[in-house]
Amino acid sequence: MTELLILRRKNQDEKPYWQRFNYDPKSTDDSVASALTALNEQENLRDAEGKPAAPIRWECSCLQKKCGACAMVINNRPRLACGARLSEFKGVVKIEPLRKFPVIADLMVDRSVMFENLKTLRLWFESDAKGKDKAMSVSYEASRCLQCGCCLEVCPNFHIDGKFTGTASAVPMARLLAQLPDSQKKAMTDKYRLHVYEGCGKSLACRNICPADLDIDEILLNSNAIAVWKRFF
Amino acid sequence: MEQIKIIGAGLAGLSAAIHLAKKGIPVTLVSFQPSERAQSVMAEGGINGAMDTMGENDSPAEHAADTMRAGCDLADPKAVENLTDHAPELLEWLLRLGTPLHRKDGRLIQRNFGGQKKKRTAYAQSSTGKVLMTALIDECRKYEASWLIHRLSHHEFVSLSVRDRRCLGVWIRDDHNGVIFFLPGPVIFVSGGLNGFFPGMTTGTTANTGNAAADLFAQGVAFANLEFIQYHPTTVQIPEKRMLISEAARGEGGRLFVERNGSPWYFMEEKYPKLGNLMPRDVVAREMYYVMHDDSTGHQVYLDLCGLSKQTWKEKLTDLREEIRYYLAIDPAKEPVPVSPGIHYFMGGILVDKFHRTNIAGLYAAGECACQYHGANRLGGNSTLGAIFGGKTAAETAAAEMADFQSGETQEKAPVWIESVPRRAKHLRDVLLSGLGILRTETGLKEALEQLENLSAVQDQTESNRRLLAKAMLLSALERRESRGAHTRTDYPDRDDEHFRKTSIVQIQNGAFVHHFAAIGKEMHND
Repeated sequence: MTELLILRRKNQDEKPYWQRFNYDPKSTDDSVASALTALNEQENLRDAEGKPAAPIRWECSCLQKKCGACAMVINNRPRLACGARLSEFKGVVKIEPLRKFPVIADLMVDRSVMFENLKTLRLWFESDAKGKDKAMSVSYEASRCLQCGCCLEVCPNFHIDGKFTGTASAVPMARLLAQLPDSQKKAMTDKYRLHVYEGCGKSLACRNICPADLDIDEILLNSNAIAVWKRFF
Repeated sequence: MEQIKIIGAGLAGLSAAIHLAKKGIPVTLVSFQPSERAQSVMAEGGINGAMDTMGENDSPAEHAADTMRAGCDLADPKAVENLTDHAPELLEWLLRLGTPLHRKDGRLIQRNFGGQKKKRTAYAQSSTGKVLMTALIDECRKYEASWLIHRLSHHEFVSLSVRDRRCLGVWIRDDHNGVIFFLPGPVIFVSGGLNGFFPGMTTGTTANTGNAAADLFAQGVAFANLEFIQYHPTTVQIPEKRMLISEAARGEGGRLFVERNGSPWYFMEEKYPKLGNLMPRDVVAREMYYVMHDDSTGHQVYLDLCGLSKQTWKEKLTDLREEIRYYLAIDPAKEPVPVSPGIHYFMGGILVDKFHRTNIAGLYAAGECACQYHGANRLGGNSTLGAIFGGKTAAETAAAEMADFQSGETQEKAPVWIESVPRRAKHLRDVLLSGLGILRTETGLKEALEQLENLSAVQDQTESNRRLLAKAMLLSALERRESRGAHTRTDYPDRDDEHFRKTSIVQIQNGAFVHHFAAIGKEMHND
């Protein structure tokens, strides 16, 4: 039997509280996502004390670590619920929503700031991408970003209303920088320096936390070379 | 003039939105979750287009012929030709958007895929859907910034508003605060396949409930070919769902075998010497079913990838290897992978013509929720293509017909939104699965229909809509008294072109359930 301690909150206006649940894993592969799914499937959900509980609100889509929906803080570490096997944990599993974003309810947060940042930074191609072979590796790696927000959660420099937009924007920007048309060079490299390079304290906490296991080093190295050291490939 | 509303923001929805915005037409893009969470990001193997980059003298006509053959001649040939003719320019467009499809020396590399005679599947490892989505999300953002595309990202479709067979708009619900409101205008429906009817048993997203399709069906939208459900040959069970092992694994040399008399029997290669493991998915899934149920075998089918070169793993399938290692604790380069068929794609769905119009004026549909291009069995690499091309075509049609849209205030009260009940969904799933397996019989389908009728009564509108669409699926499978593509009837084992080379259509008309067969490509005229 696994004991789950979940930070509950009905909505933004209500106070958060901890609620304990018991879950009997069906297999050693069961993840936090399996537990949340199974709990919500119970007709009359009850907590560990036997008290009636409302269904636990959380986001979920692919259950295969491919969509980033189920990012949450599990035993103090931001990660995907579908990629956190219960067999990894000893004792109580503590589950909270990501803390850098406003909570909607329970484990569901409003991550719209990430998408708004990408818009503010004007991250798109104004004209045709330069499809050079050697840009493909970085471009592919950057394309895999889930926009889950785990990197922002651990970043000591990212704040929801700050100028530094963090790795969640640096990665999509790397895809563009790698294949950037000449007309966008100045604007995009200026933005990279201002919103990424200058704000990054180089803690590189994002490096070990990415659930997609992106090669953050390669991505940042490439973008720094282009935008800071002006080594256009 | 009312703005066009798009329901769904996967490949088809993004494509529709971008193509409208490019024309300067403002749209509202509604999705339950941001595009990054859409099922399209899970598409793996590739996207087809006869670019002829591999020196094999490929052509759109051959792509069309392969698509028609794999679909057992049940697709609309004109729609298919349209798709395959435009596939190369669509791929060119995706490359201009910076999609990192695999290339070497400035040349796009295309891979072999099931049911196709030429290498025409462009890819990025086995994360093709993800890189396509990233490119389209970036392009969409350009128009979001200029307000041509207005995104409503945490909004769920509740109900379509239809009067006199005309679409008035949609009711949607803000999932953050629960507010339900009406959006008037023509609607492009791109909500994905019917996964939500088979919770835990498909390779798709768990966010899909199927409720949106059920609402449309209950309101008189015609559905087609619902009996054709694709069981992908190579899937594995992981917690709460099936996981796909991409067809790319076989495209790059993977072999299926079952143990017989103490040694591996590569049954596909023996039975189909020409295409072997790369026969269309319906054929492979069916053959797997037979060998799994053959007493002379070890029953478990394995995918043997041990012969793949180091370079193939590194350049083409790194992500797949990692995935198998994580979920199955097997290194596929060293050990065969136990696999079995699982529900992967719905060829049937909302009936559309080649312009992606439905039987309701002002309502269009594309992507997996629509029945188009794939006939009785879809080719790998045609879903991503069909979604992007279908979204574009639906957008062009909606734009051309925008002026005809008759706006009118909906007189209905806001519909009541009912939270999905997972246990009920699983119950309905079990009823459906009892009739709609890889092999089907009249007895099994009738029993499933009877079980459906005997489910305890509910007052819940969503559940009763779902039961109507479930009945439509079973009825469609019952009425098609032949075997074709993904629909295998053991009591009617042969293909019967004379009676059944037709589109199977089901709809609610004047409160009654109506099923009929119509000539391919002329369905709307018979409506």
